[in-house]
Amino acid sequence: MTKKKLHFLTIVSFLFIFMLLAGCSNSDSTSSEGGSSGSSEGSSGESSGTDEPVTLTLLIGESDDTEGFRAVIAEIEKELNIKTEVELRPGGPEGENVVKTRLATGTMNDLVLFNSGSLLMALNPDKYFVDLSGEAFMDRVMDTYKEVVSDNGKVFAIPNKSSQVGAWLYNKKIYEELGLEVPKTWDELMENSEKIKAAGKTAVIGTYGEIWTSQLPILADYYNVNSEVPDFAEQYTAGEAKYSNTPEALRGFERIQEIGERGLMNEDFAVATYNQGMEMLANGEGAHYPMLSQVLPLIKENYGDKVEDIGVFPQPSDSPDTNGLTVWMPSGIMINKESAHVDAAKKWMEFYISDKAIEIYESHSKSIGPYVIEGVEVPEDSYAAVKEMMPYFESGNVYPALEFVSPIKGPNLPQICTSVGSLQMTAAEAAKMYDDDVEKQAKQLGLDWD
Amino acid sequence: MKQMYPYYFLIPAGIIYSVFFLVPTAMSFFYSMTWWTLDDWEFIGFENFVQFFQEPSLRIGFRNTLVFAFTSMGGKAVLGLLLATFLTTKIRNKDLLRSVVFFPALLSTIAVGYTFKSMMHPTNGLINSALSKLGITGPNWLGNPDIALFSVILTEIWKGVGIATVIFIAGIMAIPKDYYEALKIDGGNSWQSFFHITLPLSRPALNTVIILALIGGLRNFDLVWAMTGGGPGFSTDLLASIVYKQYASGFFGLATAGNVLMFIFVALIAFPIFKFLNRKEVDL
Repeated sequence: MTKKKLHFLTIVSFLFIFMLLAGCSNSDSTSSEGGSSGSSEGSSGESSGTDEPVTLTLLIGESDDTEGFRAVIAEIEKELNIKTEVELRPGGPEGENVVKTRLATGTMNDLVLFNSGSLLMALNPDKYFVDLSGEAFMDRVMDTYKEVVSDNGKVFAIPNKSSQVGAWLYNKKIYEELGLEVPKTWDELMENSEKIKAAGKTAVIGTYGEIWTSQLPILADYYNVNSEVPDFAEQYTAGEAKYSNTPEALRGFERIQEIGERGLMNEDFAVATYNQGMEMLANGEGAHYPMLSQVLPLIKENYGDKVEDIGVFPQPSDSPDTNGLTVWMPSGIMINKESAHVDAAKKWMEFYISDKAIEIYESHSKSIGPYVIEGVEVPEDSYAAVKEMMPYFESGNVYPALEFVSPIKGPNLPQICTSVGSLQMTAAEAAKMYDDDVEKQAKQLGLDWD
Repeated sequence: MKQMYPYYFLIPAGIIYSVFFLVPTAMSFFYSMTWWTLDDWEFIGFENFVQFFQEPSLRIGFRNTLVFAFTSMGGKAVLGLLLATFLTTKIRNKDLLRSVVFFPALLSTIAVGYTFKSMMHPTNGLINSALSKLGITGPNWLGNPDIALFSVILTEIWKGVGIATVIFIAGIMAIPKDYYEALKIDGGNSWQSFFHITLPLSRPALNTVIILALIGGLRNFDLVWAMTGGGPGFSTDLLASIVYKQYASGFFGLATAGNVLMFIFVALIAFPIFKFLNRKEVDL
């Protein structure tokens, strides 16, 4: 009896070890042979995939989920017989974590939508994404965009929509009611804000409940920084220029501090969310929202024609002569190297940036800035705010945000900005802390700073 | 002495324990001394530990972790003991009341976190709306950096007091009735019955509650993350959430070093307390 038991137990434990080993080795092989298995499975997918419907999985951020995007996906299914299964992830650091974990554990979807610029570089794109530089459809994509989605001479992404700006969105009705003028300097903006506050409205909408939104006043200040210190990005990437030793860059933190000190934000700024901020702006409870113009189509979807009451102006600098917009390149859509449907995904991409797809996108969600695709113009009937930003583009008073001209962005910037805005930290302390954060990121990227 | 069970009975449990605990623990000690990108590493000695100690939010993290662990432990132990004493007396609907007290322990922490987060909203939240009906202006529970941590602790106590109560009820029920009868014959009152019988004789239960609540508090993460995400700023960051953020930023070696430090930190606090409490136990 005991002997039988012993046998049984030995067998069970061996089975157990075997299973565990099998589990380990399996995950090893998928991560190390990712490139080769991806391409071989891709070609087998091609031979059978022309008639049979293919289903691609796609991971996108919640704020990228617009009606226009859904319409293009529906059209792709109709035309190419490629079904797209969309999976949503949160935005900001939480979403970055989802993407990084999925990539590291080999469980990424076929297609993934993620920021371009420094945040993409932090993912080590060469290792995880298919190189698109040889694809014919990439010729349509402007070089300015390719630069922010390339590494080691390879190009990894197509743009998911038009470019956009990070600026101050404002409610024009409140400006009319109070007889205010669009500010040209930071002091004028503060004066306007004090008047709005005195009128019993929220002057500056703060939505620290979703912490990425707290960074706008510093990120959107980059046009101003660059105008005064043109080599900042280069010096910053080399580890020479710091926020704490560059007064022009430090201004960004100081502006957040000033907004906090003057008490310009809504009472619940520490916990309010992006959706609540958008609602306050659209309904005229709040006058200013430092934000990306990507919020416009969402306002249109939720609050209809109120989007026409929203205007935009650049984050003002300290001098009326420096006045321009900080531009965000569109996020990119990348193909996972381990996907079994690389060829279908390429077809998907080719269609996604075709004129037809852009037309469909526009008919549902209008552009939020100029396109980065050759020959595509911003349509006449765009949102009022987008029309307001066009003169800056036409006169060349625009510059990309720092994260598109340097590969380094410290991961703790959102938390640092909320600390400053809620007055737990001064601008100078924040700058020092962020410099350390940037240094850690530079080390992780393998940049030699010593 | 003859063994009641042969040693090979330990194999299945031993394998599971090694594969899922011992091996990863040993590996984490190694990776904490590397610069690690999950599939590539470089040995850098103690640099991660040095860097972790330079982390500016770390001081807040250590302080908050201690405050969180001890305050929530105290709250759970005191409230749990009082509730248990009350629920072991002769009252109506005893079973119903016991279930009600235990109910929060059945909920998912994340669900509790999100529910309290919306209830604690400064203007639209249930708590402040109710307070304003009474003419009181409620505080900005989670938005004010000075009290945000305590709001989370209150929620943790609400959630954890059920388990503490159940442990205390079991402890109190195990006290032989003779002691109470003897006290009654000697003419003791209910205060004396609590302080001289219930409290000292439920010591084993109290120790269990203290240790469980303390360790749970030291490594708490989910509730804080659901309610504040460590914010506003860094004001409610605990050690675990600092480690999580480093991991999320892709600083894998550094985050592992943080975990090793947290392991040592929890052990340094929990073991002496455990020893101390066990010495004070009285036999029934």
